[in-house]
This record gives sequence, structure tokens and C-alpha cells, in this order.
Amino acid sequence: MDKKILTTPIQAEDLEDINVGDIIYLNGYITTCRDVAHRRLIEEKRDLPIDIRGGAILHAGPIIRTLDEDKYEMVSVGPTTSMRMEKFEEEFIKKTGVRLIVGKGGMGKGTMAGCQKYKALHVVFPAGCAVVAAKCVEYIESAKWKDLGMPETLWTCKVKEFGPLIVSIDTHGRNLFEENKIIYDKRKDEAYKEICKHVSFIK
Amino acid sequence: MIEKEAAEKITDTMVKFIDYTGKCLPDDVRGKLDELSRQETIPLAKIIYDTMMKNQKLAIDLDRPSCQDTGAIQFFIKCGAKFPYIGELPALLKDATMRATKAAPLRHNCVETFDEYNTGKNVGTDIPSIFWDIIPDTDKLDINTYMAGGGCSLPGKAMVLMPGEGYEGVTKFVLDQMTTYGLNACPPLLVGVGIGTSVEVAAVLSKKALMRPLGSHNKNARAAEMEKLLEEGINKIGLGPQGLMGKNSVMGVHIENAARHPSVIGVAVNVGCWSHRRGHIVFDRELNYVIDSHSGVNF
Ligand code: SF4
Repeated sequence: MDKKILTTPIQAEDLEDINVGDIIYLNGYITTCRDVAHRRLIEEKRDLPIDIRGGAILHAGPIIRTLDEDKYEMVSVGPTTSMRMEKFEEEFIKKTGVRLIVGKGGMGKGTMAGCQKYKALHVVFPAGCAVVAAKCVEYIESAKWKDLGMPETLWTCKVKEFGPLIVSIDTHGRNLFEENKIIYDKRKDEAYKEICKHVSFIK
Repeated sequence: MIEKEAAEKITDTMVKFIDYTGKCLPDDVRGKLDELSRQETIPLAKIIYDTMMKNQKLAIDLDRPSCQDTGAIQFFIKCGAKFPYIGELPALLKDATMRATKAAPLRHNCVETFDEYNTGKNVGTDIPSIFWDIIPDTDKLDINTYMAGGGCSLPGKAMVLMPGEGYEGVTKFVLDQMTTYGLNACPPLLVGVGIGTSVEVAAVLSKKALMRPLGSHNKNARAAEMEKLLEEGINKIGLGPQGLMGKNSVMGVHIENAARHPSVIGVAVNVGCWSHRRGHIVFDRELNYVIDSHSGVNF
């Protein structure tokens, strides 16, 4: 099977035949964007300092080395728990026109609705693989909202075959983590019953 | 050895060791991940395991921390009462943590509570955390180092059950934590369970359980049996790497236990993520040291 690679700017049509569980890669630009940046856009109604229409964001706080004034190197970067951004994400997609949200773990109903209505994906980069991710970064294009400190700054990175990215929410209203959870819960109940047969130590 | 020289030797060794443990996983974890990835049948899970392996190799080749979250630094110490530098240890370990933060580099993960600012050095009030056991009649210093990441600290939970809930209640408590929080803590996990009277006893035991090498068993036969049952049970849930489904869920389940008050069962669970950055080093009174968690360490 050929590698499925998306290139920014991403069009709505590019996402049509992508489904949950698919693996994709990204070429182009991705910007780190997490808690405070979401809050500034939604709650404080400030505009993002960069245009990410058709673009990609990464829920992450990287380790960056400053080489020179305005010259930076990506040392290590990995996704942080996406669920923290859930409360803002539907509105975020609507306002910014972002097409790809990269993070860790699943997201909820708001993001599902946003992805379906405005055509975007939530995808997971395997967490803990920070050096693989950093190696996909060709260079850092810009740093905005630096007042937020290293983890929260909006670092826009030029990336090549950034991935593997596992699709967790697609544009068709499916959510891989939510579907899996139903299976896990069922198996958990079976495991519980089985273990209980052997642990009645208090008699 | 002159005291100053000795202090520098311990600090210097610990700086290098902390730095190293952020870049290279211990032998037991690497072996287990290899075993789990070979058992995997689901293609998606296989790709995630491959990415993990590639990452660990790159981390060593490029000399970078393998996960960007290098945790809050914790030390679990068994110190002989006759170890000559016992009194200097807290200051030494703090200094070593600060220096490793620059050398590695480690992410700044120490936020003072209430004042809510990042110290930028990975040291602060009671960070690094030091857990002491004083061992009478020996002169050795035994240290487990650990990087407590945010993601893998999050599932930690302790509570006190009534005896009527029994070990069945303990089972439910542990399993529930797996399918809610465990999922996002970067499985395959190492699960630590502590059992005793009150929450702090259980909580400390649950973390000490994570310092045991993989493949070790509780010395009580029933507890060891329960470790096995939980491991098999949680594996059947099939969380897979990253919680995206796979053949297994855990690298192991370790239980540590104390006696309990007849009216209660205190229980706690703690998890380590796949990137389980534990290191084990033992110094003698001459400060010769042995590292048995990582073979081939050379500094
Ligand atoms: S849970 Fe572990 S592997 Fe995952 S991001 Fe946190 S520290 Fe890294």
C-alpha cells in the first residue's frame, strides 16, 4: 500500500476517503498550539498570530534549542493529551479553518461535530516517540506568542513525512477511541468475573 | 576520601546516570517491548511498536531524551545506616538533578504550587522527591531513579475499601483505572498496586512496585498469583500500544503489600508508561558503583 501523504494547504476533498484507523503522513507546515493559545482565541477572542486555514496544529510542548536570535532547533517534540483542548476545539476548527489536529489520546463530541461540519481530522502521533517527531521537522519557520514560554509558544514547523499519524476522528462522524472504549469495557467486565473466581482470600 | 571529593563523585555519577536514563530504557523494559511487539498481530499496533523502536535507536544515536516529557525526578533510596555520606545525600541529589537538567537537556517540569511558576531547573520544594528506607547494619547506598511523566502520573489513584469488598474490590479498582485513565498513559503499561491500611501506605507501595525489575514476583504466593491474574486479565482488554488496541495492554503487574488494620483495605494504583525510565545504581562506601538496570553503560 502506498503511503498516504497530506500536503498543506489541505482541501476538504483530500479528507473524503480517509477513515478512522488509517495511517497518514504530513508534508508542509504544522504549528504547535495547546492550552493557552486555545483559550486566547476562544475565551479572549484574540486572533491567532498566524493563518492556519487548511493547515495543521499539534497539541504539544516541545524542547527547543535557541541557535541565534530568531533561529531555533527542534530537539524533542511529542503530543500532549488532546482531551484538554476538547472544550475549545469545535469553535477552534470553525474559526481557524484548520484541517488537521495532531495530538495524543481521543477527543470528544465537540471535536467530532467540528470535524464533520467543517471537514477536519483528529489524528494521533505515537507519544513518547519525540525524537522521531523532531527528525521530521526540517526547520522552524516562526515563533509566535513567545510571551507564553517555551512549551506554549506557537512554533510553526516545516515538516516532511511527519508521522505515522493514526486517524482517531474522521470527517464521517466516527471516533476510534470511543468505539474502542465500548469493546474495552466489555472485555474488562469479563476479566473482572474471571479474576474474582480466584481471589476470595477473605473468608 | 575527603568529604568534598566524595560529594563531587556521587553528584557527578548521578548527573550522568540521570541524563543517560532519559535517553536509554532499562534492559528489562527494552526486552519486554521487543517481546510484546513480536507477539503483536494487528498491523496498526505493529507500526506503533516499530515507531517506538526507531525512536529509541534515534535517541541514542543523536544523544537526545527519548520522550520530550522527562518527568519530575524521583529517587527511591535504600541507604545503609553506615553509609558514610548519608547526611549529604539530599543536597547532592538536588544538585545532580539541576546539573542533569542542563546537560541532557531535560524539560523544565517543576512548578511551585500556589505561587504557580516554573522554577526552570527541575528543583523546587521537595522536588526531586526522595523516598527513604534506612537499612540497619549496612554501608551501601541503593538508588532507583525515576522520571515521573505527566501522562503516566495521571492515572494514579488511592482509596480505602471496606473488608467486605475484599480482593474482588481491589480487582475492580485496578481494572476501572485501566480503561479510563490507563488508556491515555501510553500503554503498554507497568501497573503497580499497593495494599495496606491507609492511602499513603498503599500509595507509596504502589510506586515502589514500579521500581521492581520486570519479571519479578511478589514473595507471597497468593499475591504473586494475583499479579498473574491481573496481568492476564488486563492483557485480555487489549489496549495495545497507545491505547489504540492490540494483543496486550501491559508489560507487567506488580503488587507490594503491607499488613492492614482489620477494618480496612487501603489500595492504590500507579502506572509506568512504555517509556519507563527507571535506573538502578548501588554505591559501596568507597563509592565504587554497580548499575544493573542498564548493561553497557559507559561514563
Ligand atoms: S506517558 Fe510516558 S511516554 Fe507518554 S508522553 Fe508521558 S512520559 Fe512520554
